[in-house]
Amino acid sequence: MDLFEHQAKELFAEYGIPVPTGKVAHTPAEARAIAEEFAAAGVSRVVVKAQVKTGGRGKAGGVKLADSPADAEEKATQILGMDIKGHTVHKVLVEEASAIAQEYYFSFLLDRANRTSLSICSVEGGMDIEEVAATTPDRVAMVPIDAQTGVDRAKAREIAEQGHLPAEALDGAAELVERLWAVFTDEDATLVEVNPLILTADGQVKALDGKVTLDGNAEFRQPDHAALEDAASADPLEAAAKAKDLNYVKLDGTVGIIGNGAGLVMSTLDVVAYAGEQFGGQRPANFLDIGGGASAEVMANGLEIVLSDPSVKSVFVNVFGGITACDAVANGIVSAYKLLADRGETVDRPLVVRLDGNNAELGRQILSDAALPGVERVDTMDDAAKRAAELAVGA
Amino acid sequence: MTMAIWLTENSKVIVQGMTGSEGSKHTARMLRAGTNVVGGVNARKAGQSVDFDGTELPVFGTVAEAMAATGADVSVVFVPPKFTKDAVVEAIDAAIDLCVVITEGIPVHDTAYFWAYATAKGNATRIIGPNCPGIASPGKSNAGIIPADITTPGRIGLVSKSGTLTYQMMYELRDIGFSTCVGIGGDPVIGTTHIDALQAFQDDPETDAIVMIGEIGGDAEERAAAYIEQHVTKPVVGYVAGFTAPEGKTMGHAGAIVSGSAGTAQAKKEALEKVGVRVGKTPSETARLMREIMSR
Repeated sequence: MDLFEHQAKELFAEYGIPVPTGKVAHTPAEARAIAEEFAAAGVSRVVVKAQVKTGGRGKAGGVKLADSPADAEEKATQILGMDIKGHTVHKVLVEEASAIAQEYYFSFLLDRANRTSLSICSVEGGMDIEEVAATTPDRVAMVPIDAQTGVDRAKAREIAEQGHLPAEALDGAAELVERLWAVFTDEDATLVEVNPLILTADGQVKALDGKVTLDGNAEFRQPDHAALEDAASADPLEAAAKAKDLNYVKLDGTVGIIGNGAGLVMSTLDVVAYAGEQFGGQRPANFLDIGGGASAEVMANGLEIVLSDPSVKSVFVNVFGGITACDAVANGIVSAYKLLADRGETVDRPLVVRLDGNNAELGRQILSDAALPGVERVDTMDDAAKRAAELAVGA
Repeated sequence: MTMAIWLTENSKVIVQGMTGSEGSKHTARMLRAGTNVVGGVNARKAGQSVDFDGTELPVFGTVAEAMAATGADVSVVFVPPKFTKDAVVEAIDAAIDLCVVITEGIPVHDTAYFWAYATAKGNATRIIGPNCPGIASPGKSNAGIIPADITTPGRIGLVSKSGTLTYQMMYELRDIGFSTCVGIGGDPVIGTTHIDALQAFQDDPETDAIVMIGEIGGDAEERAAAYIEQHVTKPVVGYVAGFTAPEGKTMGHAGAIVSGSAGTAQAKKEALEKVGVRVGKTPSETARLMREIMSR
């Protein structure tokens, strides 16, 4: 899960990391009120920053300085509702403007290739770090971190030095980096990025921006993280699926997909998209992995979610019977229909089912015997994808 | 001479978490598949034994005790995510040859930790997983949750990030058969990689050709392609899942995510094709490509 900038900064502040003071506004009037509070405290200049979970806000005009409360209201009016790379701006962060002397870059991230954490530090901040690394690699330090020893103050200072931070910034940077490491590990983050990390005119080192990605697998030991989720902008179908413990991702096509195993479902999406090219560009409507078990209840819940998407015109159920053999899966589908009927739901769109693997013949027979309305059996993945795409056109 | 990679008919397997629901279910399955399971580990149930259809398996307090008593050289880990890090560290401390981590949902910092721990100990323990189906050498042994009965022994080696795509491929090519099938898992940080398996298959005289299955996220496939170009002379057929995956969305596996322009299926396919690997458009086409190679 990615955090908004203001959430990242709130987290930083909890760990004693210096950040500019600021508050979130959802309306221009709120932005003005916050700017008025700052003005009353003697801070006349504020920054109004779009809160969206994507980069390039500055270039898109989502970050603006304001010199008065009226100006803050005006700038918030311009920014709220903006579309930045497909993300609509629903809130802005209004914070005190900082007197920036220098801008640096710092992050901790997961280095998949080397199976370790990596710190990246550079004296060149405020821009795309990949660009900096490409053009002036000698200005960028990439320092792997040993998970067993972590980052203490000395290590933090060493990283800052390797990133060519100037002497006057080293003490502040070392302290900040040590605390960022605590955020990274104690919060189970897979990314903490500060760009820019700034040296202020009065010699302070501060996190002027913050990007944090949290590890969903750590939810069991991070009870506070659930509250950070952006429920408001979550896709309603994805939220409903999550409530039912289903692994569902909404996509933009017409062919609903249900399958078992993440890899097989991803593959199913691709095969449907290829097949759909022959049928006016039909594409998968979702990703849904119902896991290995494929019980009647999970299948019923899955069908319910997929069919509640009005853009779904046909559904492709693609199951490989391994540990749960095909006869069990077929029985699961038959029972799912009964369960849905009991819930007062009807499956009103065609379903193409492909069963393969253990006890495939038996499973197929069960499905044929059940003669469920609208259910077609196609025995290979490629042909079943084709049929599902074809049915999506006809519907 | 017995070959296959990492897991053979001589492998003696213990199960960490054998007394849990998943652990006991799959211990029974492994035994039925002919795996030489010799015991389990659970500190709270040490000294007890568990009956699996007439096979009485002892429970030991630690991996080290289990190894000392049974000569076990492979451990399969089913313990819940909360306890997995400690379980794997225990296996590494005991210097067991192979530790197969089936558990899904382990925080990535925990995996990075036990990987660092294994590395500090000289990588005496090979780790497969986490979040993987395990490893099967058909007709010899099966360590994990791969359904043993969907394929036959043969001379194809298979390495895959995905469980069900592994099964699909094993099943489609069941008449030709496999030397060893390794599911390396879909987490962002894993122990054994595509490259490790490619190297082992290249060195294995019982493997003639290799199927490599990848998916979106990271650059493991690109690195594997570079490795193939330099070191693999046996034919390799590839498949990559996730061409239609949108940017920034995790597709089931924790590691299956396209970030910006990085980790796309297209880039992986191109990297593999550039070094002469034939990449199937669908799993069936991939199976057909392998069939062509094996019938030459």
